[in-house]
Amino acid sequence: MFRELRPALTLVVLFTLLTGLVLPVLFTGFAQLAFPFQANGSLIRQNGQIIGSVRIGQNFTAPVYFQSRPSALTGTDAKGNSIATPYDASESGASNLAATSKALEDSVTARIAAYRAQFGPGPVPIDAVTASGSGLDPDISLADALRQAPAVAAARHWPVPVVIGLVHKLAQHPLLGFIGEARVDVLVLNLALDHEKP
Amino acid sequence: MSNAELISLFDRGIVMRAAGDALRKLNPITLARNPVIFVTEIVSMMVSIVGVENLLTGQPAGFPITVAIWLWLTVLFATFAEAIAEGRGRARAESLRRARSDTPAKLLSNMKDRRNFKLVPAPQLKRNDLVLVEAGDLIPSDGEIIEGIASVNESAITGESAPVIREAGGDRSAVTGGTQIISDWLVLRITADAGATFLDRMIALVEGASRRKTPNEIALDILLAGLTIIFLIAVVTLVGFGYYSDTKLNIPVLAALLVCLIPTTIGGLLSAIGIAGMDRLVRFNVVATSGRAVEAAGDVDALLLDKTGTITFGNRMAAGLYPITGIAERDLAEAASFASLGDATPEGRSIVSFMREQFSISLAMPAGSAVVPFSANTRVSGLDSGDKSWRKGAVDSILKSINVQPPADFNDAVSKVARSGATPLAVSANGRLLGVIELKDIVKPGIRERFAALRKMGIRTVMVTGDNPVTAAAIAAEAGVDDVIAQATPQDKLDYIRKMQAEGRLVAMCGDGTNDAPALAQADVGVAMQTGTQAAREAGNMVDLDSDPTKLIEIVEIGKQLLITRGSLTTFSIANDIAKYFAILPAIFVTTYPQLQALNLMHLASPESAILSAVIFNALIIVALVPLALRGVKYRAVGAAALLRRNLLIYGLGGIIAPFIGIKAIDLLLHALHVFS
Amino acid sequence: MTGWAQIALLFALVLGAAFPLGAYIARLYNGERVFLTPVMAPFERGFYKLAGIDPNRQMRWQDYAVALLMLSAVHAGLLYAILRLQYYLPFNPQNIPGMAPNLAFNTAVSFLTNTNWQAYAPESQISNGAQMFGLTVHMFLSAAAGIAAAGAMMRAFSGGHLTSLGNFYVDLTRIALYLLLPVSIIAAVLLLVAGVPQTFAPFAVAHTLSGEPQTIARGPVAFMEAIKEFGTNGGGFFNANSSHPFENPSAATLLLENWLLLVISFSLPITFGHIVKDRKQGIALFAAMAILLVLGVAGTYAAEAHGNALQIAAGASPLHGNMEGKEMRFGSALTSMFNVSATGTSTGAIAGATDSFMPLGGLVPLFLMQLGEVTPGGVGSGFYTMIVFALLSVFVAGLMVGRTPEYQGKKIQAKEIKLAMLAVLILTLFILGGAAFSLMTKSGLGSLANAGPHGLSEMLYAWTSATENNGSAMAGISANTNLLDYGLGAAMAFGRFAFLIPVLAIAGSLAAKPKLPPSAGTFPTTGPLFIGLLIGVIIILGGLQFMPADTLGPVAEHYLLASGKLF
Repeated sequence: MFRELRPALTLVVLFTLLTGLVLPVLFTGFAQLAFPFQANGSLIRQNGQIIGSVRIGQNFTAPVYFQSRPSALTGTDAKGNSIATPYDASESGASNLAATSKALEDSVTARIAAYRAQFGPGPVPIDAVTASGSGLDPDISLADALRQAPAVAAARHWPVPVVIGLVHKLAQHPLLGFIGEARVDVLVLNLALDHEKP
Repeated sequence: MSNAELISLFDRGIVMRAAGDALRKLNPITLARNPVIFVTEIVSMMVSIVGVENLLTGQPAGFPITVAIWLWLTVLFATFAEAIAEGRGRARAESLRRARSDTPAKLLSNMKDRRNFKLVPAPQLKRNDLVLVEAGDLIPSDGEIIEGIASVNESAITGESAPVIREAGGDRSAVTGGTQIISDWLVLRITADAGATFLDRMIALVEGASRRKTPNEIALDILLAGLTIIFLIAVVTLVGFGYYSDTKLNIPVLAALLVCLIPTTIGGLLSAIGIAGMDRLVRFNVVATSGRAVEAAGDVDALLLDKTGTITFGNRMAAGLYPITGIAERDLAEAASFASLGDATPEGRSIVSFMREQFSISLAMPAGSAVVPFSANTRVSGLDSGDKSWRKGAVDSILKSINVQPPADFNDAVSKVARSGATPLAVSANGRLLGVIELKDIVKPGIRERFAALRKMGIRTVMVTGDNPVTAAAIAAEAGVDDVIAQATPQDKLDYIRKMQAEGRLVAMCGDGTNDAPALAQADVGVAMQTGTQAAREAGNMVDLDSDPTKLIEIVEIGKQLLITRGSLTTFSIANDIAKYFAILPAIFVTTYPQLQALNLMHLASPESAILSAVIFNALIIVALVPLALRGVKYRAVGAAALLRRNLLIYGLGGIIAPFIGIKAIDLLLHALHVFS
Repeated sequence: MTGWAQIALLFALVLGAAFPLGAYIARLYNGERVFLTPVMAPFERGFYKLAGIDPNRQMRWQDYAVALLMLSAVHAGLLYAILRLQYYLPFNPQNIPGMAPNLAFNTAVSFLTNTNWQAYAPESQISNGAQMFGLTVHMFLSAAAGIAAAGAMMRAFSGGHLTSLGNFYVDLTRIALYLLLPVSIIAAVLLLVAGVPQTFAPFAVAHTLSGEPQTIARGPVAFMEAIKEFGTNGGGFFNANSSHPFENPSAATLLLENWLLLVISFSLPITFGHIVKDRKQGIALFAAMAILLVLGVAGTYAAEAHGNALQIAAGASPLHGNMEGKEMRFGSALTSMFNVSATGTSTGAIAGATDSFMPLGGLVPLFLMQLGEVTPGGVGSGFYTMIVFALLSVFVAGLMVGRTPEYQGKKIQAKEIKLAMLAVLILTLFILGGAAFSLMTKSGLGSLANAGPHGLSEMLYAWTSATENNGSAMAGISANTNLLDYGLGAAMAFGRFAFLIPVLAIAGSLAAKPKLPPSAGTFPTTGPLFIGLLIGVIIILGGLQFMPADTLGPVAEHYLLASGKLF
């Protein structure tokens, strides 16, 4: 029995050094040198300031911006009460509400009403009224973006085709035509809006 | 299946007695041997208590009591299956027991002095005692003949009433207690202690009293016990899940679910299958010393078969004529017939009948003729009639006796016959060489097909013979065996078996001589002939009472049938669970979640009738399968893949579908009777 | 339609890789030279030398089990210490405090057993350092140990009268050095390029377009992400696991990760074919695994693509199916495929919230775990569990051909059946016993996030996932309680080791038996008939006992939802 102690201890130490220290450190060095943008979180800077990550969604409420999907993230305020902290990227997670959850059904119904109030009647893209898995989903469906476009254009007093054109320009289509979904990165789209001069 | 078998399956006497035994077998202490049925019994007790309690407290008791009744019936049907299987053996045991002699035995103190004996009761005989038996006596115990020759009626054991000759020395020196000596006298040395004789073993065996579970049965029992515990966990934990879901679960309902899920069908029939398998063997006049041997027979990879008596008839028979140039075939045939007229050996008779069949030569012994008998010296036999003489015999002896140079075509014929593994006999008439008769060892009709069937089952056949390799190879080719041991000595057999076993194969053989004993002991299945020596009978793990070596093949089939029956009913039993789920689960949960009515695929009338139908089906299926368990699933000599496909279809797929139909039918019946619906 | 095409593409990629990789792993088991030998052999020899290992030592099954347990015990102790002490250890830019004892115990057992159940929230409860030299090392070694044990099992069938199952240390070292490391490094580079971070910097703070601060968690993710999938570990660097954009930035990375988590487990049956010198034997096991997984993926996808009828009735578009808890870049198809793959293997990673799946969509992952993790299961563990089922299949149905059942020429007798049933029993006991007990306690009920039958599903899922060493969750459940930390910790440990030891004993017992040559009378263990039988036995012997509980969970929930009942 104790004959196995030395091999066990030594192998654990050696593999900890190799796969837990040496290789990750070397790999991090390589990543920082070769792919610093991705390695540091695909951060976008504007005037020297970090304004976000291409990969990480942000919460948008202003009518001049496209809106991200609902985020189920919560935090606690100073008094210890649970509050909604949408797109707080220091954490991540989903609502975990069941398909038979009344809370989920109620919020979906409420979101549909709010969505219709803002973007007009008709069927609402499902992604716009459901919370994502990470709470940090950077994308909305192309259908959702096109549905939001007229209201965003109106808020900016722009012609609708300009905004729609921008959506189409920035839309990411499925890889090879079938892998993944057609979608738009909201932060990238809103940034483009800010830079667009119609 | 024959009618006779049908009758014996449901023989009134056996059934009545089995019904009584089934009740006795309810004793939980003995029932604990069978974990599945034991659990069922415990559960039946619990439900009964609930039923009685409800009755006393005025709560609705109809449902629990009905469930309890059917659960008890489930247990009873299982014990009944075992009892009826035992009952069939017991009838045979009764007749055997009658044969067991309690008459005094004549104990000799000095084998030279046969007049001086002491009468002692047979059960007091010890090993190595010397006893005298005389005409009319029952042989008191198993023994080896030291002196004498006698005819013995062994019908008590073998069922064959024609007496057989037993004599000291050689391969026919063993006698069995309980058989009767008809003429003459014998001096025996007793070879078995009281209570351990062949007859005692046989009684114990057919009664199933000394039945020990076979390795395979033990493994299956473990699987069934494991499944029982797993489903026990599933049902007990349902209390917790039910608690969370506000589902009202009561003992009768949980008990019904448990009993329907645990493999009661195979659990109830398992020992009956084993006993019936043994019984089948006994009815084949083969006695196995253990169930393990029967199971091993199913696993056998190679059969060692003696050529003589198994593959061939054992006698050389005329099979062809080769006249030399200038001699008409019919002349040769006639001469051969004359030469054999006085020859009473099988060879001689076969020549006469061959000529009769092939050439319509029917001769009468000419008046005043003299038979020249075969002698080892001349190796020639024949007939003299007046000035005519006919001779047949070994080629060189005939040539020497007539002193001629044989023509080339004669020599060709002789060597051709010899090459084919047959024996050439030369024929002469009046000192003139006529030609050659071919004497062949004739392969039994149908044996080639049987070997082909064995090969399909993956069993190699090996022919063992004392013949020279040429002769052996010729017969082997004709019979279609896979391998040959020619000029076999007992040591050769032993070595061959060891070699096969080292490759991981299981070997079966049969034998009768003392020489065979080591090989019989080494073989995984050794079948000794009842006519054989005591040594051979002790060494083997089966004894064939008919002394028919061909039976080895049937023994293998019986072994396989036993395993197939077990496997098929296990598969059927487990496959049944799916339908029972669809009957019981919606019934249990529908009060909590009415939407689960959607799972009631069979549209059973009410929750109570659904549960009851499943329980009733579960009980009745045991009775319904008793005949199959006793008779065994039909064995077909096709490859394993084809066999599996067939049985999986019948017992696997059938096991999934059958309960859907059965439960629905019972539910309709309950509905028609307005019971719980 | 494109959903099915994506699923078909992945399976084609896995199928294509399993054959060469299976052959490669066979060479590793056999100690043969491979193309990486020039690079890795110096490390391998150095490790043996430093650890005092004689690579030629042959171990009986008992030695093999002791070696595996000893290494596991030592390694679990180390992880426990790291988690408790992480505050004082390097690479902790966020100054995360040490873990509480119950959580550290749960986490140490979880990573030791290749489960990767995460009762902690990584962003706030574990340091970069602990992720690296604590969790990541376990991801390599627990995977290697599982694959080593699978190799031991395979050797049992490679010949007759064997006394040894190989050398655990050699198997572990070779698998880690020649298989896990190189592929992980390549995969890590690909993930990095696709956008997975690899940095020691603290969390980034952004000032968003809306003018608010946003703290963005990041760290050395890419290196861990690769082995997390390849070793069917599943422990996410982030709480949201593979649905987090930094763990799984695009559909392409999802495909890569999904491929990684399936490929070893699907290769091992092929390896088995090489070891027993009969490729068809491996293909039969492969096929049974693949059929069940494909059916599972199809079932969940069908349910998810159909969407929630109540939401559609309220005015939502049915276009994308059920999107609650799913990421837009994956949609229903990829999320279903990934989650089912990760539960069909013991990975337990998620690309979307299983808790928010449609009831039948969630039933599939639950049921695949309950089947014993054989579709294709965890690396190594999936294979040896599949062997247990193959033995049971052959035993139940093999009698039907009239011979004592044998598998690969090894007779299956009482001892093997006893051990196999013992192993299966332990799983059933912990899953059903644990879940039923928890649902009767106040603490257990307090952990549930959802009411009604779905609450039952959450608890049942947790115990199933822990016992089967999967690690995924219907994640609404609050798992960091004493009951669940210790209870699930025990379930994980028993699920791994109380299963593995009987399995190694089976291997030892089978190894010692003669290997019977096949004949026409041998039960065929290849071809559609056997594959169908094996699937039937897996479902009936492996799954039937869970049906009553499942009926009160996802099945009831499905019918309730259809009738519009909410909780």
